[in-house]
Amino acid sequence: MKAYLSDRTGAALLMAPLLLFLVLAYAWPFLGVVKWSFTLPTPGVGQYDALLTDALVQSVFIRTLRIAAIVTIVSVAAAYAITVVWVRGSPVQRVVAEFCILVPFWISVLTRAFGWVALLSNRGLINTWLQGIGFISEPLALVRNEFGVIVGMTHFLIPFAVFPLASAMRSLDDRVLLAARGLGSSRMRTFWSVFVPMTRSGIIGSATIVFVFSLGFFVTPAILGGGRSVMVAELIYLRIFQSPDWGLGAAISVVLVLFVGALMALLFRYVRPRQLV
Amino acid sequence: MPTYRPGPVSLVIAAIVALFLLLPLLAVIPVSLTPSRMLAMPSGELSLRHYRALVEDPRWISSILLSIRIGAVSSAFSTVLALCFSLGVWMFQPRFTAALVGFVLLPMVVPPVVSAITLYFLLTSISGFSSFFGYDTWLGVAMAHAVMTVPFATVLMLVSLSQLDRRIDLAARGLGATVWERATRIIMPNIKFGIVTAALLSFVLSWEEIGVTLFITSVNAITLPRLMWMGLRDNIDPAIAALSVILIIITVLVLAVRSVVVRLRGAQ
Repeated sequence: MKAYLSDRTGAALLMAPLLLFLVLAYAWPFLGVVKWSFTLPTPGVGQYDALLTDALVQSVFIRTLRIAAIVTIVSVAAAYAITVVWVRGSPVQRVVAEFCILVPFWISVLTRAFGWVALLSNRGLINTWLQGIGFISEPLALVRNEFGVIVGMTHFLIPFAVFPLASAMRSLDDRVLLAARGLGSSRMRTFWSVFVPMTRSGIIGSATIVFVFSLGFFVTPAILGGGRSVMVAELIYLRIFQSPDWGLGAAISVVLVLFVGALMALLFRYVRPRQLV
Repeated sequence: MPTYRPGPVSLVIAAIVALFLLLPLLAVIPVSLTPSRMLAMPSGELSLRHYRALVEDPRWISSILLSIRIGAVSSAFSTVLALCFSLGVWMFQPRFTAALVGFVLLPMVVPPVVSAITLYFLLTSISGFSSFFGYDTWLGVAMAHAVMTVPFATVLMLVSLSQLDRRIDLAARGLGATVWERATRIIMPNIKFGIVTAALLSFVLSWEEIGVTLFITSVNAITLPRLMWMGLRDNIDPAIAALSVILIIITVLVLAVRSVVVRLRGAQ
């Protein structure tokens, strides 16, 4: 019988299971979350009102945007530096750079956050060492604050920032750079006025990825912020599990999705998706 | 052939970034060898007690086994679904392909915390009917992980299909092969590397998943990352350092083997 399957039924049969699964296990429950945001604790738009007036929620939103902006700038700049070597270095430099990018990339977010705890905490490597050489008498507060969160998130996101940059740098024509050098432009000038502008799509792509990731980041801020530097994702968690206020948690989630969706739409207006990969 | 190489300034900055990337991974090594019961640098003597704790403490062992079970089930599930879907897309190129693929990729793009609250809603709703499938059950976690990993599996499948020559499928079709024969005897053997990669990636993503797991488990389904999380939040347990060292060593070994294999293949 299978021989007589029309293209349309064949496609439908093959594609249906996954689509059905995601409709039931993802789209439908998401609508449930949206419903929570309008019905808990009382029906209406009260939760969205609270978002606009609640000082705590607003301070968390502002902190999230600030941290995300700082992390984006630092990560993209750092990723740019190491990607240049990964893509254009000598064979040995390439292997070393690849190792430094891929090993952290494949290690879980928990292990990496824990590594920073081991480095930055009061009894961690850096404070023990600085006290050992007598440079400081009291341990520096490097963790359980915004500094720790920014360091940990930057560390997590650099490898993600590398990939769009690498593809932009790979597709770049060497001859243009050699022409610039041949026409007497210095190394610095070639880099800033030829190389960087030609990788613009990679920079935009990687900045967007890092910014979007930072907005919804949960694990690293929760561990390195130690409950003092709460970001949006942790606020949702706290609203669901600690001060049961499911409606507010749901409303924040809906706003977060809309915000991220708007950012992506903006990105795709200026950069074609194909240029990002 | 002349090429454009990074200059000394680029190399120095890149070296600083490289150091920053490796530093926290190296920092866990001394902590894992501390004789103290709390997080501290070893002063003088070293001890392997925290490595021993991993083998002797039943909590660690049972959570490792649970993570393997959940990873295997969710990876098998998401690989099969992603494979069928991608075959459908590639063989029939239906209308609205872009929209359908976009829908499938949603769990990858939506902030993980929103997926987490969504899956929390789903599993607590299911818990109303069933006690072995729903919130805080291993089957519920496996299903949630399948939702989160299926976009990645689909992307890998679509990428490896896009490198496949359509003419071999057209030839098979012209010679009278059925849809089933084309899929299983022509296409799948040609993308087996992509299928295996998708299954492995799904397993790894499930193995280290924490953002969603945290929302959908409480006391019964304690996966390895969930146990690590508990040890990190309360009183920091140096056994986590020992575990981290082991995970880092495994990652480095796998990547080293992979790069050797890739290089040998390239040399042939």
